[in-house]
Amino acid sequence: MTGGAPAETLLLGHYAEVALKGGNRPLFERALQRSARRQLPAGSRVELRGSRLLVRLPEGVPAETGIAALQRCFGIVSVRPARRIPRPADLGALAGAAVDEARRALAAGAGSFKIAAQRADKRYPLRSPDLNREIGTAVASATGMRVDVHHPDLEIGLDVREDAFYLWGAVLPGPGGLPTGTAGRALALLSGGIDSPVAAYLAAKRGLLLSAAYFHTFPYTGDGTRRKVVDLARTLAAYTGEVRLWVGHFTDIQLAVQEGVPEPLRTVVVRRMMLRFAEALCRRERAGALVTGDSLGQVASQTLEALTAVGEVAALPLLRPLIAADKTEIVDLARRIGTYEISIRPFDDCCTLFAPRHPRTRPTRAEVREAEGRLDVDALIEAAAARSERLRVTPDGEEPYPPPGGGDA
Amino acid sequence: MAEARAGLFAYLDNAATTPVLPEAAAAMAAVLGADPQSRSDGLFANPSAVHRWGLAAAERMAEARRAVAAHVAASEAEVVFTSGGTESNHLAVLGLCRAAARRGRHVVTTVIEHRSLLSACDALAADGWEVARLPVGPDGRLRPEDVSAAVRRDTVLVALAHVNNEVGAVQPVREIAAAVRAAAPAAALHVDAVQALCKVATPYAAWGVDTAALSAHKVGGPKGAGALFVRRGVRLLPPVPGPEQEGGWRPGTENVPGIAGFGAALRADVVGREGGIAALKLRLLEGLRASLPGIAVNGPDPADPSAAAPHILNLSFADVAPLPAEVLLHAFEAEGIACSAGSACSARRPEPSHVLLGLGLRGARLRGSLRFSLGPSTLPEEVEWAITRIPAAIARVPQAVAPR
Repeated sequence: MTGGAPAETLLLGHYAEVALKGGNRPLFERALQRSARRQLPAGSRVELRGSRLLVRLPEGVPAETGIAALQRCFGIVSVRPARRIPRPADLGALAGAAVDEARRALAAGAGSFKIAAQRADKRYPLRSPDLNREIGTAVASATGMRVDVHHPDLEIGLDVREDAFYLWGAVLPGPGGLPTGTAGRALALLSGGIDSPVAAYLAAKRGLLLSAAYFHTFPYTGDGTRRKVVDLARTLAAYTGEVRLWVGHFTDIQLAVQEGVPEPLRTVVVRRMMLRFAEALCRRERAGALVTGDSLGQVASQTLEALTAVGEVAALPLLRPLIAADKTEIVDLARRIGTYEISIRPFDDCCTLFAPRHPRTRPTRAEVREAEGRLDVDALIEAAAARSERLRVTPDGEEPYPPPGGGDA
Repeated sequence: MAEARAGLFAYLDNAATTPVLPEAAAAMAAVLGADPQSRSDGLFANPSAVHRWGLAAAERMAEARRAVAAHVAASEAEVVFTSGGTESNHLAVLGLCRAAARRGRHVVTTVIEHRSLLSACDALAADGWEVARLPVGPDGRLRPEDVSAAVRRDTVLVALAHVNNEVGAVQPVREIAAAVRAAAPAAALHVDAVQALCKVATPYAAWGVDTAALSAHKVGGPKGAGALFVRRGVRLLPPVPGPEQEGGWRPGTENVPGIAGFGAALRADVVGREGGIAALKLRLLEGLRASLPGIAVNGPDPADPSAAAPHILNLSFADVAPLPAEVLLHAFEAEGIACSAGSACSARRPEPSHVLLGLGLRGARLRGSLRFSLGPSTLPEEVEWAITRIPAAIARVPQAVAPR
């Protein structure tokens, strides 16, 4: 390699939608930078440079660790492990870096390639097609690989900036979405099943801070299910940094429904109570929306009529990211984000215990309201909320929130 | 006693595991090398090392081996240390059968075995072996004549637990051993002695038992340690050929802390303690019956020491509170009482207990049963706490749901 300072490896995090946000753009970029700093190993340097995050990992940290961290960062569309070649540098230095990338791909079985140069610095004397041709010729003669501009096995990207050249051989997908904290806060209902954590993930992906509520019916459900939900929240916190999880005391409400509501309507009434309970918790969390894992028609309580009868009790927007998703799509996503293996752990779900033998699948609003007539709804919710517990869940564990002994929560 | 409780108070799940006895913890600390004294004693050394510290560690293992041998009336050379009951069961069942596969492919066991023994038999069945699973009576006991009738000339192995882990039924192992000898002299007899050790008499070598599986953590020792008694002259193939440790049975550096803890727990097992545990168990039953006359005992007559182990009491609450066992369990948990629905190894599975099914239990009685088990460190106060708090817990759970 000839000329200029030595190349250095770093990560480029591209974001697309964030860049479209006009006047709010600095806000979104700062949020993205914050979440990248939180995800990356301590000592990483994160700069914003020309619509990309430029990440330098601390010495000794493998690139894979940094890539995985950026892939958990909502707002990042793609990650490129890139070489930075400071300017001035001659063409030989660029060609040398490109040949390195090509050799690595050749060893992995690639046969064809193309160079895709672009100039952010238009004052650079060579135009992009010239760069492509010069570097392409060098790579072809050094490796014997053939140029294929339409379907190359390897695409080497080259970005010409005022300070340096950036060159990469791989573009890895990011999670997409918007940076955490740019869309306010929502509270997701988590059951311990497969769907609800996926719904929470999708909502969080759009930039929401996450709170969550799990409704515990001890002793009808053991603490194993509670543990499972905490673990699900930890998995979600790997993306958002933290999840504030409410363990709602639901036993008394469940029993009141069992006693006061005709059997076929218990499911829909229990769900209405859950939604009201969650909304009461939203006030304590300053959350502006509810998130559920409802998927149209999946089970008896998810008919349009049942969803309507349940949903009408919520004053806050009710987000249902999975409403049109198939079970297989939900399972695929659950596997990808790491919640599936937790969701399928064999612990009891009290629903099976309290489930009516023949639930009404198409309840009318009038009959549901009548069925609820014997419940003192507000008192039940207030008493249950007062007996509920709040945790701050991070990828590393959970602690009471606010921390015991006061603090500045 | 009535003052506020800081946490668990009645631990009645000793058949799942026991707290480590202080004697066992001390023996383990001595070989860990974590504190300055045991660091300088050098007992943390590898027992295969030839320096004197290694020899000293090996001597600690030998002491433990003597303790195990004494409990089964065997000699030291007949004891192999393992990781616990499951490994011992697998080592024995699969090892005996593979060694004798040319003579026959027939195994006899029962319908109420622990999963670790069942899974070894299932592996044989999947391999084309014929596995006869004998039924038991409503008390959970097997009749020796049923074993005589089931063994054949090509029977390679009879395998069963001495004490059943869910209902505490004691099998007449001595008579069964004699029956097997008479009916099929070439067949081996393996005993899962995990729940029998330190609870009932276990002179297996004297009774002619061929192999017996033992576990440390059910008798006040640590988890991850156990042993297999292998009577001299019995042939079984090790799963991994060629290791030098444990006489060729088991590869890898020995778990000296676990083994030392096991030995110490066995030495701490005071003669006569069995009577104490049985008395506590009967007190628990009598105390509960006084306030909850509807409870029913599953398995053998608890007062008959030849039929019932001293530490296990399986009760059905179906006529007292029509609730699934899991709900009762959590209601008792809220009072600081630990017990079990089925065995802990299968309690998280939704299916009903195969042991209770094997005893002929069905319906609400089957699904509303809990196991209470006592151990070497159970205190009379714990039993009294359970006697007063269980009725209170039941009264507190609204019986809004009926078991299905």
